Amino acid sequence: MARNDLVTGNVWEQYSKKVQERMNNPKALGEFTQADADAQGAKLIVADFGAESCGDAVRLFWLVDPKTDTIIGSKFKSFGCGTAIASSDAMAELCIGRRVDDAIHITNTEVEAFLRDDPDTPAVPPQKMHCSVMAYDVILEAAAQYKGVERSELENQDIVCECARMTRKEIVDAIREHNISDIETLVKTTKAGSYCKSCVRPGGHEERSVYLVDILAQTRDKMDHERLEDAANASLMGKATFDKMTIVQRIKAVDGIIDEYIRPMLVMDGGDMEIIDIKENMPYFDIYIRYLGACSSCATGSTGTLYAIENTLKQKLDENIRVLPV
Amino acid sequence: MEVYLDNNSTTPIDPKVKDVYIQTIEKYGNVNVIYNKGIETRALLNEAYDKMYAAINASDEDDIIVTSSTTEGNNIVIKTFLHAFLKGSPKNHVISTVAEHSSIKSPLKYCKDMGMEVTYIGTDSKGLVKLDELEAAITDKTALISVLIASNETGAIQDIKAISAIAKKHGVYFHSDGAQAIGKMAVDVQDLGVDYFTWSAHKFHGPKGVGGIFVKAGVPYTPLIHGAKNVMGGKRAGSLYNNGVAAMATAMEIANINLSFFDHTTRALRDYLEEELLKIPDTKSYVPKEHRLKNLVAMSFRGIEGEAMLWDMNMNTIYLSTGSSCSSEDLESSAVVEALGEKTEIANATVMFALSKFTTKEQIDYVLEKVKATVERLRGISMTYAKQEAFSVHLH
Repeated sequence: MARNDLVTGNVWEQYSKKVQERMNNPKALGEFTQADADAQGAKLIVADFGAESCGDAVRLFWLVDPKTDTIIGSKFKSFGCGTAIASSDAMAELCIGRRVDDAIHITNTEVEAFLRDDPDTPAVPPQKMHCSVMAYDVILEAAAQYKGVERSELENQDIVCECARMTRKEIVDAIREHNISDIETLVKTTKAGSYCKSCVRPGGHEERSVYLVDILAQTRDKMDHERLEDAANASLMGKATFDKMTIVQRIKAVDGIIDEYIRPMLVMDGGDMEIIDIKENMPYFDIYIRYLGACSSCATGSTGTLYAIENTLKQKLDENIRVLPV
Repeated sequence: MEVYLDNNSTTPIDPKVKDVYIQTIEKYGNVNVIYNKGIETRALLNEAYDKMYAAINASDEDDIIVTSSTTEGNNIVIKTFLHAFLKGSPKNHVISTVAEHSSIKSPLKYCKDMGMEVTYIGTDSKGLVKLDELEAAITDKTALISVLIASNETGAIQDIKAISAIAKKHGVYFHSDGAQAIGKMAVDVQDLGVDYFTWSAHKFHGPKGVGGIFVKAGVPYTPLIHGAKNVMGGKRAGSLYNNGVAAMATAMEIANINLSFFDHTTRALRDYLEEELLKIPDTKSYVPKEHRLKNLVAMSFRGIEGEAMLWDMNMNTIYLSTGSSCSSEDLESSAVVEALGEKTEIANATVMFALSKFTTKEQIDYVLEKVKATVERLRGISMTYAKQEAFSVHLH
């Protein structure tokens, strides 16, 4: 909740002009008959999707040229609210002139984008995206009929976000590719969950079997696990690079270099040092040290000795190491 | 012509109530002050209280606590029993009905979350609560029965006297949500036999933001809003909405005076609307008239989704409501309509026409003209209405 949620919005006020026009005067409304199909030498397809009990149902009529598989006529009828009528109208119109194989790629977001007055303002408020999510399904139904196959053969079973038609794989790939760790960035980057928001987390408009928050958590877990495994394997094979190491591996590595190259020099002068902390300060690695014994009062602690320590670590471990005495 | 037919949601203010509201807004003195500025406020509130007690026939031993709304009153009643339960009372059970408003269902869900048990009784095909089921649901753990007097959606009027008799027989406290009662029927809390009764002024041409709760003498009561004891004895603290209370009392008085007009003129207009609408093919009205609020037609137009109907009517400046899932925030169709035993598709096609004493014959004729045109247009779009025809074409 925040200021903008305190006064309930009116969904009707958020409809684009295009949505309103199509609600009042749908352009692709109507039916085709077998006689219409015969007259044009086309195949008649009549596909239904939805039910009155869901509040929305649509019937799509296609005339398809069998020689080119091109949809030469497309009309609809609908039981539903105004947005369902408007989006069915847009969907039917978008089919015209496309090949059946291309029409099945018409997504609900494409229909919604088509209904926008300006590219950055949604055509319908989020909770009304439901009314336009039938576009994809009824087209699949029609295409399956035309091709004489089961609808499931054409369907992508792995859809997580119905509105944006995003699959689990696409979402997981995006998390990995962009190293996404929070849900807001995931929604922004992929557009999944940015419409009706049901798939973001439980408790939305519709119950889902899988939610983006879960996919994000699972993928992050998996990524963390893989990173640790990679670090362990690299270390085992002596191929570990400092930036890929875990914190424990880094401490061990720094200690190892100090033991081998630095501590013997310091001890000869009656001094010593200890590592206090290692912090990632991208792109740098800041290693905090404390001088012990004679070193703690030595004038070169902040000049020559420090450079020697830092250069050794840079050379042996990583260019981006900085050493800071505390 | 603008026609407002959503009067079970809220009503326009009565001009006489508006006069009282405006005239009394300058009586700003707090009722509880010791200096003279409180005297005129006290006189104002005393007069208002007299009107309210008379309007619902409360006895002087009973309390009428001023609230902000029916919702607040409903919360006070339910949470009185929640508090008792949380303080160790063995009574952990509340009985209510599927026909209730969210101002009952939502606090009951909260009670459930806090460990209480809630039973919702169903309604029959007339929208009436099944009394045998209700009585059978009572156990020795039952603290409260809460049944609304009438549903804003179906208009079904419950047999409150029969329910209060059942409650009394089993020693259970009884509350009735009366949001739809005042102004639409005579309300006599003693005759109804209720322990608690709640209302909002804006449902009967009063202002928004003020309502009341009748609390019978001797029944449990725990304040929801704590504060100074010098306003209504600490039963609902916070400075009183003086002019709101005065306006509500006047609205209650006028509601009773207008009852016979409502019973005859408004009801006749409603009957006319319903008869004419039923002449449109494939329409269905719910709840027999004798059990229904006199101002309401709840009707489905087969093949037409409720919100689509509302859209077209809005274009004609006619304002209605629907039980459709599409128009609700949670995308659930009306549970109240479904409770009639109707299918979800019927709930999705249900439109409510709720008249008020201000509705005129001219307005109803205008509505009828526009409804007929809208039904024709939307059935032209509808796939389900023309289903038979389309299928036969397809098969040829």
